[in-house]
Amino acid sequence: MDILIYGTINSVALALTALGFALVYGISRLPNFAHGALYVVSGFITWSFVRALELPYLLSIILAMMITGIIGALIYQFVLIRVRGMAISEIIASYAIGVAILEGFRWGGFKGMTYTLPVFVEGSFTVRGIPVDYHRVLVVVIGVAVVAFLWLFTHYTRVGLALRGMAQDERASLMLGIDSDRMAVVAMAIGSMLAGLAAVLLLPLGNIVVEAGYNVLILAIAVCIVGGLGSWMGSVMAAFLIGFAQILTVVYLGSHYQMVVALLAIIITLILRPSGLFGRQKELEERV
Amino acid sequence: MNTEARRKERLDRGIKVRSEGIYALMSWRELSYLTLPRLVLIIGLLLLPLVMPSMYWQRVISIVCIYALLAISFDFLAHFLGLVSLGGAFFIGVGGYMTAIMNTSFGWPPLLTVPMATVIGAAICTFLLLPCLPLRGVYFAIVTLMYPLALMRIIEALNILGGTDGIMGIDSFANQWIEQYLVILMVLFFLFGLRRLVNTDLGLVMRAVKDNDQAVRASGMSITFYKAVAVFIASGMGCLAGACLVHIYMWAGISLFALDFSILPIAATVIGGGGTLVGPVLGCLILVPISELLRDLGTLRIVFYSLILMAFIVFRSEGIMVYGQRKYHQFQRWVKV
Repeated sequence: MDILIYGTINSVALALTALGFALVYGISRLPNFAHGALYVVSGFITWSFVRALELPYLLSIILAMMITGIIGALIYQFVLIRVRGMAISEIIASYAIGVAILEGFRWGGFKGMTYTLPVFVEGSFTVRGIPVDYHRVLVVVIGVAVVAFLWLFTHYTRVGLALRGMAQDERASLMLGIDSDRMAVVAMAIGSMLAGLAAVLLLPLGNIVVEAGYNVLILAIAVCIVGGLGSWMGSVMAAFLIGFAQILTVVYLGSHYQMVVALLAIIITLILRPSGLFGRQKELEERV
Repeated sequence: MNTEARRKERLDRGIKVRSEGIYALMSWRELSYLTLPRLVLIIGLLLLPLVMPSMYWQRVISIVCIYALLAISFDFLAHFLGLVSLGGAFFIGVGGYMTAIMNTSFGWPPLLTVPMATVIGAAICTFLLLPCLPLRGVYFAIVTLMYPLALMRIIEALNILGGTDGIMGIDSFANQWIEQYLVILMVLFFLFGLRRLVNTDLGLVMRAVKDNDQAVRASGMSITFYKAVAVFIASGMGCLAGACLVHIYMWAGISLFALDFSILPIAATVIGGGGTLVGPVLGCLILVPISELLRDLGTLRIVFYSLILMAFIVFRSEGIMVYGQRKYHQFQRWVKV
């Protein structure tokens, strides 16, 4: 029973962290390796609003998400747009930005136990003798809501449909008058906002540390690769797969193995089925 | 508004054309045009340990050469095979642990364990990377980025090979000079060896694999075999670098799998100029001493060189060496269109 409950919570948390990465890659074929850095940035901005400026919590969360979205859009507009289409340069450039941001934080003395965010709702309840706190329930609820919202957004709004058009066939959507660069900026902004949302939801459960940036990046990549790069629903399924696998290893093997599961999942999936379990990409593009 | 259109025209220098064939032997000028840049590099590298002021800076030279080996192997794989490996740390780690185990368990001297670790480590790396070789582009890059991280976590989780403490009590080289000249000579050997190799028949097939693998396949050659050969050579260089590093520091630990060894060689290759094989060495000669000078700044130096890396890859992706070669071989002038 506790495996079921905590597995679900862990899976939703994973899906939240990975959605932004999956969205950006799905739409503009851009592996955004600065994802983890944006996650930490958002947590830090929220922290400074709440603790240093003492703004209301909800307001500072919204502001932090907006700022993270703008940072993502700026990174795309001024740096990544120039290396668009060169996959390796994209990886190296975005990774360099991410490392620069994260190590900059570390240099700024941003480490240790002192940086925490308050949980949204205090307290907990028990289900069959297993304590579950309200915040984790809230994470699951918001996670499901975000997935539903994204689905509606991409199926029923003009911008959302344009984004999906880009994801399916960039040239055809260019012919239909969709500005691919602007859409990519929008996608990057939304992806960064999702990273920010994940950060403000998940960081209250622990401390804001620089290492979280790297771990989040690895987990997001793991989820996206297992689910298939570019397939959003696949990512959600993969999040559940990896989430439960992690909880099972924690219960039966020990918490050291949590990261090993994610890393091995990446390697094995890439070797056996590079397009992921639910991916729809062409075989020839990814392997010889 | 000035409507007169101009464009820049680049032409090969006469001396470059004259010195291309056997006729280069006709005059000292052509001969020195060919040999001078190479001699400057060789003699410069060989003299470096002698002119360094202190033990500390001599140690830095060894580190430069270790990074240079890694960077050359990255450049070779990326620009001659089309395999972008972000896992330089994987090679370093495997080579380092191999030599550490052989040295501490069997008590073999460094001059025996280093070559052994190179060959065995290269075999292990090639074997582990074999399933990923059919992958292309981004997928190969991601999988190689994950290998060192996975090994690091596995060693941490299983608490094998000394766990987080690492393996201590490894012999160092007999003296400073052996240590430095070993790595310098290895850099020169691999640099010029690979420059030869990419122009042989084998190298030709390798470059064909990069440009059009389907054509190579259609010619009845196994792509995976050639990729495996190249990965064996490249990982051998990485393992050699790792083995030397372990003997220099007399310690092997999971920090051998750290990201530094994956990032810095790439930065050096991008800055020095990819596809030239000399460029990465040049890049390391610039980057590593700078990062040593900035050691006091802590992690700010990582920020510093990731920003340099980003700037170079976005705005000046050709690198110093390609630029230098162009200036050396060609002149340019404005012509009216």
